Amino acid sequence: MTQPRVLILRAPGTNCDVETAHAFELAGGAAERWHINRVLEEPRLLGDFQILCIAGGFSYGDDIAAGRILGNQIQHHLAETLATFREAGKLIIGICNGFQVLLKTNLLAAADAHGPTATLTLNDSGHFEARWVRLAVEPGKCIFLQGIQEMELPVAHGEGKFVTRDETTFHRLANNGQFVIRYSPIADCGLRIADSNQHSPLPTPHSPFAAISPTVPYPANPNGAQSDLAGICDESGRVLGLMPHPERFVDWTQHPRWTREPARPACDGLRVFQNAVQYFA
Amino acid sequence: MLWEIDIHPGEGEPDRAAERLAHTAHDLGLADSLQAATARGYLVQGATLDRATIEKLASELLADSVVERAIIGRVGEPQLNDCGLRIADRGLGSVNPQSAIRNPQSHLVTVLLKPGVMDPVSQSALTAAADLGVHPEAFATIRKYWFSGVSDAQAKTLGERLLANDAIEQVYFGPLALDRLELGHPYKFELRTTAVRDLDDVALMRLSREGQLYLQLAEMQTVRQYYRDLGREPTDIELETIAQTWSEHCSHKTLAGRIAYRDENGERQFGNMLKETIFAATQKIRADLGPNDWCVSVFEDNAGVVRFTDEFNIAFKVETHNHPSALEPYGGANTGIGGVIRDIMGTGLGAKPICSTDVFCFAPPELQTRRQGDTETRSDLASAPLPVSLSPCLPVSSLPPGVLHPRRVMRGVVEGVRDYGNRMGIPTVNGAVYFDERYLGNPLVYCGSVGLIPCDKSHKCAQPGDLIVAVGGRTGRDGIHGATFSSAELTSQSEHISGGAVQIGNAIEEKKVLDVLLTARDRGLFNAVTDCGAGGFSSAVGEMGEKIGAEVHLDRAPLKYEGLSYTEIWISEAQERMVLAVSENHWPELESLCRSENVEATVIGQFVPSGRLQLYYHEHRVADLDMHFLHKGRPPVVRNAVFEKRPLEQLRIAECGLRTGRNVQQSAIRNPQSEIRNFTRDLLRILGSPNVASKEWIIHQYDHEVQGGSVVKPLVGIANDGPSDAAVLRPVLHSRRGIVISCGMNPRYGDFDPYHMAASAIDEAVRNCVAVGADPARIAILDNFCWGDCERPETLGSLVRAALACYDVSIALGTPFISGKDSLNNEFSYHDAAGQRQTIAIPPSLLISAMGQIDDVSKCVTMDFKRSGNSIYLIGETRDELGGSHYALVNDLVGGQVPTVNPQLARNTFAAMHGAIQAGLVRACHDLSEGGLAVAAAEMAFAGGLGARLDIGTIRTPAGSIGDIPRLFSESNTRFLCEVEAGSAESFEKHFEGIPIAYIGRVSDEPRLKIMSGGIGLIDANIFDLKEAWQATLRW
Repeated sequence: MTQPRVLILRAPGTNCDVETAHAFELAGGAAERWHINRVLEEPRLLGDFQILCIAGGFSYGDDIAAGRILGNQIQHHLAETLATFREAGKLIIGICNGFQVLLKTNLLAAADAHGPTATLTLNDSGHFEARWVRLAVEPGKCIFLQGIQEMELPVAHGEGKFVTRDETTFHRLANNGQFVIRYSPIADCGLRIADSNQHSPLPTPHSPFAAISPTVPYPANPNGAQSDLAGICDESGRVLGLMPHPERFVDWTQHPRWTREPARPACDGLRVFQNAVQYFA
Repeated sequence: MLWEIDIHPGEGEPDRAAERLAHTAHDLGLADSLQAATARGYLVQGATLDRATIEKLASELLADSVVERAIIGRVGEPQLNDCGLRIADRGLGSVNPQSAIRNPQSHLVTVLLKPGVMDPVSQSALTAAADLGVHPEAFATIRKYWFSGVSDAQAKTLGERLLANDAIEQVYFGPLALDRLELGHPYKFELRTTAVRDLDDVALMRLSREGQLYLQLAEMQTVRQYYRDLGREPTDIELETIAQTWSEHCSHKTLAGRIAYRDENGERQFGNMLKETIFAATQKIRADLGPNDWCVSVFEDNAGVVRFTDEFNIAFKVETHNHPSALEPYGGANTGIGGVIRDIMGTGLGAKPICSTDVFCFAPPELQTRRQGDTETRSDLASAPLPVSLSPCLPVSSLPPGVLHPRRVMRGVVEGVRDYGNRMGIPTVNGAVYFDERYLGNPLVYCGSVGLIPCDKSHKCAQPGDLIVAVGGRTGRDGIHGATFSSAELTSQSEHISGGAVQIGNAIEEKKVLDVLLTARDRGLFNAVTDCGAGGFSSAVGEMGEKIGAEVHLDRAPLKYEGLSYTEIWISEAQERMVLAVSENHWPELESLCRSENVEATVIGQFVPSGRLQLYYHEHRVADLDMHFLHKGRPPVVRNAVFEKRPLEQLRIAECGLRTGRNVQQSAIRNPQSEIRNFTRDLLRILGSPNVASKEWIIHQYDHEVQGGSVVKPLVGIANDGPSDAAVLRPVLHSRRGIVISCGMNPRYGDFDPYHMAASAIDEAVRNCVAVGADPARIAILDNFCWGDCERPETLGSLVRAALACYDVSIALGTPFISGKDSLNNEFSYHDAAGQRQTIAIPPSLLISAMGQIDDVSKCVTMDFKRSGNSIYLIGETRDELGGSHYALVNDLVGGQVPTVNPQLARNTFAAMHGAIQAGLVRACHDLSEGGLAVAAAEMAFAGGLGARLDIGTIRTPAGSIGDIPRLFSESNTRFLCEVEAGSAESFEKHFEGIPIAYIGRVSDEPRLKIMSGGIGLIDANIFDLKEAWQATLRW
């Protein structure tokens, strides 16, 4: 198989589907944008695709909670189909809202007898944050991240703070090698930037387990995520969820400092899509 | 049975809403040591619901057990009311469960939406509950607050003034006592008529006012005559239709009316002022361009449309939503952006929105109002520029009645735009914020939207026989009388009269409509489309059917709830609705497309070739109006306008010291050579003044990169935090061609002469575009006039004066206006403590928005200094123009010459600058605006993380010598600072033959901005201190 087929799933309120399809096409995939209603009508058609991408946006307005309603729909109507999809060696990626949706299914961090194990909640700043971040990558088994050590990508979300239910759950996921992308400090440009004291008027939240508290200050860690986590994968390495938007850095002119820095041979976000497409090459 | 599910932060989780509440209460002086806890919740109604089902809803759908905990019960059960136990015993809103105490003294406040107000979350919850097999009758969302540390009276103030907005929400103090949700009542049809034929003029005007028609006497007389001729009385819905169609908002009758204008050049009669100034300029430019005319559709559709590529055109529209935003900042701004996006969706056969802009005018957030007994009359306020003061924060109690605190307005507006734009997935790429005390009761909210549309879909035409199809949201009682309300002046009573004028947006509904609309457009499923904006169906159907005729069955429109009268259905401004003209054979396909994406589409009537507007409710005919009378029957408005030119006054210290506590360096002005002058301090103050200060707090809340086309972002430079002149985006992802968006506005110049204000605004918008690389031969501009009450000849005169400048400068630059909008009557009246009626009129506020184009985005330039050693040039002519400048503002100076524009020089300068940028000779380029050269140089330095050494002694003017103060701070138009590599200097200079150009220094490694004049030091500052001054002011 040379050109994998990519299904970009959209729901009412999804709004990153067009550029995500473009990114997969640039990487060599054949992307189609499908409404969730069409998938719900004929779930078996998913079998014709090799990659499933849940694109960013505000599915169902993020009413109740980010990703909640689409997550519930998938959980109630497509759980088996997606489990089969993954077992067949295929890839699933959820970006931003897609990550929020995936966390509400059992595909990334499965619920146990005590309920859900992890969530993405309101940013510490209390509001939506759109800014570029630096990311440290530990790919492990994750197909999408092979060969990548660091990335610069934009985030744009209000509910991106990754939190696990308790310390035991945290260490279980960590030991499984599921913690693959973390926010990293802003590069030292010789400037007095990223001085967290200036930027963080809010009191530091009380955390019962300091060991997994974030170490990267706001705004480099834009939401206060535990252990600075920006993305996690499942145990197989074939399902990835991340808050930053790789589809927004597939052309050099999308970089915030493209007018002052030398161009990179491959844009950071495009490499994620290329990894996915080339996996089927 | 009514159940309640309260969702609290889980153990160890912060209570952000409580923290914010405590901070805001403190900021506004409502309570100093408020301790608070909050919860969000749901009321669930259903006869068959039991506790187990409610628990299932809570745990599987509504609460996130990792970070939240739910408490359930029947409404009124004690466990729902006693959650004040989370209130901390110390600290401002900090919540620490370890030290939690149960405080019997705590106040409980519950906020819920008034019946009939749109509640999208509860709608989603109903649908999602069905997936769990649970089918409640209704959901309602609530917010709960417990607080202590305040008195009963303070609690009441907090609840009423901070926690809820009376226009849309109701507040319950103490435990909630409800047994069911109010969902509206059935409507019983009754045809209403209003007797007008026998009314005298006084009675006609009473009817106009009390019926919220807001028509003028001549118009009311015309209506009376029409019905006398018909031999019957009008129905209520007919009167409403006429009032809406003839409203200022929908017909722009003042500016398009007859105006007798007088100024120092004599008298001039306009038959249609807009047509003879702004439209005329565009016509002349198009005629001059001949076959190269790149305008496609101007001043005729919802938005102006120009050519972009062989495949696509681009459309641009900017609207205002001032009055709703004054009453309910969040909802007003939310629906403001939603409305202008629908304008773009309703342009041609539907354009795809690709970016948004937002420009706000507020009273200073730290505003101190005048002391009691210090009141000023209308004429004082209208004529005297009142500089922004930087006094301590204004307590809520001292605000005029009916006015929301500027901080609350600003937060609400920013959040309203944020939530709609981000949710729609449309990047907000450009904007500005201006502060002036005169925006206190009447803030301005300008929202713009740019759309991309295939060339062959750029025109529309409804056909006789087409079905009238309503698509999108349902109709409710929201937004009744918005169109006519915007013709009225705001008063302290507006909130009560016009609660219904506030609309509530649901961005996801609009996104769904957009998705199906574009698909239907590409499949050719409809002949025309327009949005339901002000005036609702009345306006949309009336416009589309103007040349055909229309028959509408109001009972067929889907409603949010029962109880709407036929008139309410017709004029409701409920959001997210579009009207399509669909030929009968395409209806089945359109209907099925809409259904497949959960969008409601309903046939509500037909365009019948009758020349009449006929409305029915079931079998009853409720209106029968002649389309020609409706659209052409309005008598012309005739107005006088006068402008009195003020003599040029010397720049001098403001006399009576409106503000105190400022250490004014008087000698700095009286003796410019005095050694006391401290230009570094002046520069720091200007950088920190709210108009200039970084708007980072706002920008980072707006998604400016969704859709993936971002090229030049609002913030640029080594740390992504310098102020970009304009935004550039690449809307077609497989192409290199870009769109450039910028704006220009300076209400402060209008206090001197609106002509120069308008000319400066155009120059600023265009030079911002050119600074990043736009081709000046392909820039289109938009005008948005926000003015006071134009029945006063002086107010209208200042507007005409601005329009004359628009004509002159537009033609001289070859920059056509393609769309525009006006909002008049931006005044606020109230009764002061002494019972005197006071009116605050806004300053004349003309926003110019520009849309440029660039062939290849990789040629774009940003404003941050790039490399040490590069040369720095000043392009353009510096004149002694400190009138209305920020230098004058921070030094309490009045008078002086306001900046003017030399349009021919401007045109040549823009062309030369574009040539140099296209040739790749410019490493950085920044326009000079507020604060002049010193501010521009400072911004370029700290954005680039580099210093600069400049000597401005080389700057020459045709008038000969010019002082150091104007060299540093004059706001003369058409100027740029450019960074050029040493090797390119000669080629760069060649581009500027005949244009003032001065080499003024170099970029340096040392992080200091040093500005000298003939070797004498004027400014010497660390770039980090400059940046801090610029960032600290609005770091919220």
